[in-house]
Amino acid sequence: MGKTITEKILSRASGKNVEQGELVVAEVDLAMAHDGTAPLAIKMFREMGGELLWNAKKVILVIDHVAPSATEGTSSLHKLMRQFSAEQKIENFYDVGVGVCHQLMVEKHVEPGMVVVGADSHTCTYGALGAFSTGIGSTEVAAVFKTGKLWFKVPETLKINLDGEMPPHVTPKDVILYLIGQIGADGATYKAVEFSGEAVKHMSVDGRLTLCNMVVEMGAKNGLVEPDETTEKYILEKRRNFSKALKNDPDAEFVETREYDVSKIEPQIACPPTVDNVKPVKEVEGLDIHQVFLGSCTDGRVEDLKEAAEILAGKRISPHVRMIVVPASVNVYLEALEAGFIKTFLEAGCTLCNPGCGPCVGAHQGIPAPGEVVLSTSNRNFVGRMGCAEADIYLVSPKTAAVSALTGKITDPQGWRG
Amino acid sequence: MVFKPIKGRVWKFGDDVNTDVIIPGKYKFKTLNMKELAEHAMEGLDPNFSKKAKPGDVIVAGKNFGCGSSREHAPRVLKELGIGAVVAESFARIFFRNAINVGLPVLESKEASKETREGDILEIDLEAGVIKNREAERSYNFRPLPSVLLDILQSGGLVEYLKKKGTYVL
Repeated sequence: MGKTITEKILSRASGKNVEQGELVVAEVDLAMAHDGTAPLAIKMFREMGGELLWNAKKVILVIDHVAPSATEGTSSLHKLMRQFSAEQKIENFYDVGVGVCHQLMVEKHVEPGMVVVGADSHTCTYGALGAFSTGIGSTEVAAVFKTGKLWFKVPETLKINLDGEMPPHVTPKDVILYLIGQIGADGATYKAVEFSGEAVKHMSVDGRLTLCNMVVEMGAKNGLVEPDETTEKYILEKRRNFSKALKNDPDAEFVETREYDVSKIEPQIACPPTVDNVKPVKEVEGLDIHQVFLGSCTDGRVEDLKEAAEILAGKRISPHVRMIVVPASVNVYLEALEAGFIKTFLEAGCTLCNPGCGPCVGAHQGIPAPGEVVLSTSNRNFVGRMGCAEADIYLVSPKTAAVSALTGKITDPQGWRG
Repeated sequence: MVFKPIKGRVWKFGDDVNTDVIIPGKYKFKTLNMKELAEHAMEGLDPNFSKKAKPGDVIVAGKNFGCGSSREHAPRVLKELGIGAVVAESFARIFFRNAINVGLPVLESKEASKETREGDILEIDLEAGVIKNREAERSYNFRPLPSVLLDILQSGGLVEYLKKKGTYVL
């Protein structure tokens, strides 16, 4: 029986011929933690008798979730990370303002075929580059810091074939929201989810990252796109290694293959309070909104900012709406600046914040008031997610976010005539 | 391997209980003091939960318990309150791993999840894979955890396990 990419990577990393369902101990290539999870990991590393990291070059620490700090308590946790990084000589420590951990990982560190773990559920994002990457907790990442190893259950792979051409105003975000609505919040639990087909072939790396970022919202362990010329170009531009050998065997076993035609997908919206409560945007059109967030590890990249900027160019957002824009990294920010998108946002009346997670996790930079409606390009709409349990969060694409910011109401970009 | 018997009163929750409602992000970025954080445990679903829950109590929930963020603070605050075990129809994978790593027993039983009512008393035998509900005169079997996970639980969590063994022993 042939092997899937996930099985090949785990076979290499565990030094044995792995089978689906088997528990294996694998060598980890990169381990990441951020200010929401690293402080606890550092504490646990010490409690388990950790003195030196197994390999300081393979550890990445990022301050992005509440950056710059909003409270004294958070500042103390940030200080702990800085001290630990200095003490352990961690070169890949990114302080306040450099970017969202996942964006920094794909821009600077991840290569196809790697085993990457991160103390963050959206670590699954890097499968878009052909790596096996998955989220774990603080104590487990501490154990990796100490030993360089982790146990995994070799997952079955759910293959999702996306064929057809994306309609205008439909983005990878709409596609992944649609799929989560179809598959459900636990429909892919413990599985690898691999995206293939014509629509994926023609998708940029930015778009593929959006797809893989949200597989955890259907319970998946990791997302995956088979590396191709698009991946190769992206990786080589960033001067990292590209392994062409990484393909599914022709007789690889998939637990299920689902076929979708993206040309039939409309702009989608995930309504509160769960990410799988997905509808076409037109079904909730007209609802008054108060805050729009464009950014996050899901949709804070250049392509996302471009899509929004093209809609906002030369216009002003509704006076009843605050629109917060957070580029995912300094590199994204600079590219957007060069392209004129930042000027467009400022002239349209948006508020620009420094690279980081922004208001997504509800600790700073735009906590809504009770009764308010937020439109977010991020990945979670749970009760209290953005810091207020009585605010409603709707998840949309950058295009739907931008169009709705102009009208002050939830608006389908397909029917909108600016 | 010897486990302390688990016996406690049930608190019932529904499907898709996510880590943002178990412990909201706005608290967890400020401190590593789990006692302080535990005052907000389950706040998103029941603001008085931390006052009502007693050591030994058992949480019974539906599908996909612990979905969402990877925050380990979620099982830790439940452990801090003394929750004896979480029984659910299914768990999200990161919460499942985190719970084992902090020494909080988690087990899957669709039937127990459906039939148990709030206030029932459950007795759980982790090694045998049996849940008993004496009042309802019902007993449920579940597949015991793989031995490495039982070992971690029995050690009291991953920190103690690794101190003892040095590395994972499958």
